[in-house]
Amino acid sequence: MLASIRANQPDLMPLPNTFQFGVNYPDLLTTFAEILTGIGGQVIEVADYEAIADHVRAYYGVTDNWATTLPELAHLADVDLTTITDPHDLARLNLAIIGGELGVAENGAIWVDERHLPHRALPMITQYLAIVIRQSTLVATMHDAYDRLTVNATGFGTFVAGPSKTADIEQSLVIGAHGARGLTVYVLTDS
Amino acid sequence: MTALTKLPHAKAATVFNRDEPRVDWHDETLWFVRTKRDRAAATVPQWEDLREAASQIKNHVLSNMHDLLVQFEQNAIANGITVHWAADAAEHNATVHRILQDNSIRQMVKSKSMLTEECHLNDYLAEQGIEVIDSDLGERIVQFRGEPPSHIVLPAIHLTRADVGETFHKHLGTDAGATDPQYLTEAARQHLRDTFLTRKAALTGVNFAIAETGGFVVCTNEGNADMGVHLADVHIASMGFEKIIPRPEHLGVFLRLLARSATGQPITTFSSHFHRPRNGQQMHVIIVDNGRSRQLGRPDFRNSLKCIRCAACLNTCPVYRRSGGFSYHSAISGPIGSILAPNLDMKQNADLPFASTLCGSCTNVCPVKIDIHEQLYKWRQVLMQEGYGPPAKTAAMQAMASVLASPKLYRLAGRAGRGVLRFAPVLADNRLNPWAIHREMPAPPTQSFRDWYVDNEQLPINSEEKTEPQQSH
Repeated sequence: MLASIRANQPDLMPLPNTFQFGVNYPDLLTTFAEILTGIGGQVIEVADYEAIADHVRAYYGVTDNWATTLPELAHLADVDLTTITDPHDLARLNLAIIGGELGVAENGAIWVDERHLPHRALPMITQYLAIVIRQSTLVATMHDAYDRLTVNATGFGTFVAGPSKTADIEQSLVIGAHGARGLTVYVLTDS
Repeated sequence: MTALTKLPHAKAATVFNRDEPRVDWHDETLWFVRTKRDRAAATVPQWEDLREAASQIKNHVLSNMHDLLVQFEQNAIANGITVHWAADAAEHNATVHRILQDNSIRQMVKSKSMLTEECHLNDYLAEQGIEVIDSDLGERIVQFRGEPPSHIVLPAIHLTRADVGETFHKHLGTDAGATDPQYLTEAARQHLRDTFLTRKAALTGVNFAIAETGGFVVCTNEGNADMGVHLADVHIASMGFEKIIPRPEHLGVFLRLLARSATGQPITTFSSHFHRPRNGQQMHVIIVDNGRSRQLGRPDFRNSLKCIRCAACLNTCPVYRRSGGFSYHSAISGPIGSILAPNLDMKQNADLPFASTLCGSCTNVCPVKIDIHEQLYKWRQVLMQEGYGPPAKTAAMQAMASVLASPKLYRLAGRAGRGVLRFAPVLADNRLNPWAIHREMPAPPTQSFRDWYVDNEQLPINSEEKTEPQQSH
């Protein structure tokens, strides 16, 4: 198979040097929030973790089966992720709050990898997902994101852009396909 | 899954067109997706530069395929991924089966993979007694119905919400007559959540494989690929070898183009990068040829292998929108499928390059700049030369060639044609003449140009003699 590929491939063509095309958004946070809202997510600007805790209590109400990977919010959660070894046990989670590495203004995507995820299934299997990022981590485009990221720093990483969705039934958008039914992104603003 | 209809495209399209309101609905629904693509593309100031960059990266990939694949294999193995090579569909399917057997697994969940459709993996595994559940909502719907996907991104685009309601009522016990997409999707969510939680093996496709880091990227909106593999002991990823790209930063180009071209979204909900299996998990990548290296050796057609499967060419195609995915009787339908399929089987797919108006819209929207309509035209010539033309068309072309080769015959035929149109138009304007089905036959001129020229210029013409073209001055 490799021999046949080698025999049939054309003469070497150069790899382009220019393949990054920047966009200058006047305000990254404004664009990020607009785009993410447009794809079904919710963006909440907060000054500190106290404000996140307040919003979580008010928005999600009093419920059980909460988990977080963030020590600052651990007091809210009733599920300790460090005690879970089998990802199937995450199926009961109502809400997971995790940290994100960076956010991309042009498409509302947030990079999370195994530094933020004790289990790879966490952002998909939870009924609702919240991600906390810092405003200073926002970048304009995917080119900028890949410049900052090391995609193989851990064994798994993903860009999460909004709640899971499908339009497979007559092109009608339905939020909450198999992954999370809702996504809230808390942006810790630069002070 | 039922076998694909083997009706030639034009006949299958005729069947599809019997239900006119449904054709209109299909046409409008896909055009709606096309307009979403246009709006999304317009938000990126350097869209055309991005397309050019994507095209150049892919051109490089085609020309450096061997080394990139070797590099990918080395790095993937170093990452703890098992790499398999499959020369054809049968070897791919057998490899999947062997991995499942080695792990004593009889049930598998699968996210979207057009390659496994091309290889007819589900049918093969069913024969081996292995149950496969497709987890993409659209694919699950068509799987329940025993149909293949009719579109590479929107597998159930040929179905209305009432069709889906009926299917789910039968298979999932939803309320009879229910048509609310929210309700129906929720039913599928519950059904498939149970599947995800109980399957030990999950198969995914691959959108991009990265040579430099030995990892791969899988994009979904539903999160179904992730739900499957993160809960399974064995992850199998199947890829055509052309999915390779050199470096991670090239993903910046392709992920900016892919979802915008496909559905008009800025990016898919999940763009998951897999580099190492999780603790205790097996990760397998199967790299498949199945005719691709042959296509790589065809200079006129090799750049069809640049395709990133966004389906923009399907959504924009005036023929696809009005004939439906099944009329292409090939796993990948639409314009891109019509230039890929003849490579797999010229005889069976000889009709597909003719299923086009050659309007070029496919080429204009392609994010990696494949010259799709030019390849459709070139395939027509190859297929006719190789003797795969439809018999009626071949006979007609041969008859026309002998008429055009003989001036006497040509004049005779012209006179006969004018006579028929004038005195017995029904002989031409009837349903036996496919040309006349959707067209008015022309009003016949009273004489040919040649007769007119002879009458008016009084110049002797001896058409039996070959004359040199005259200089005008």
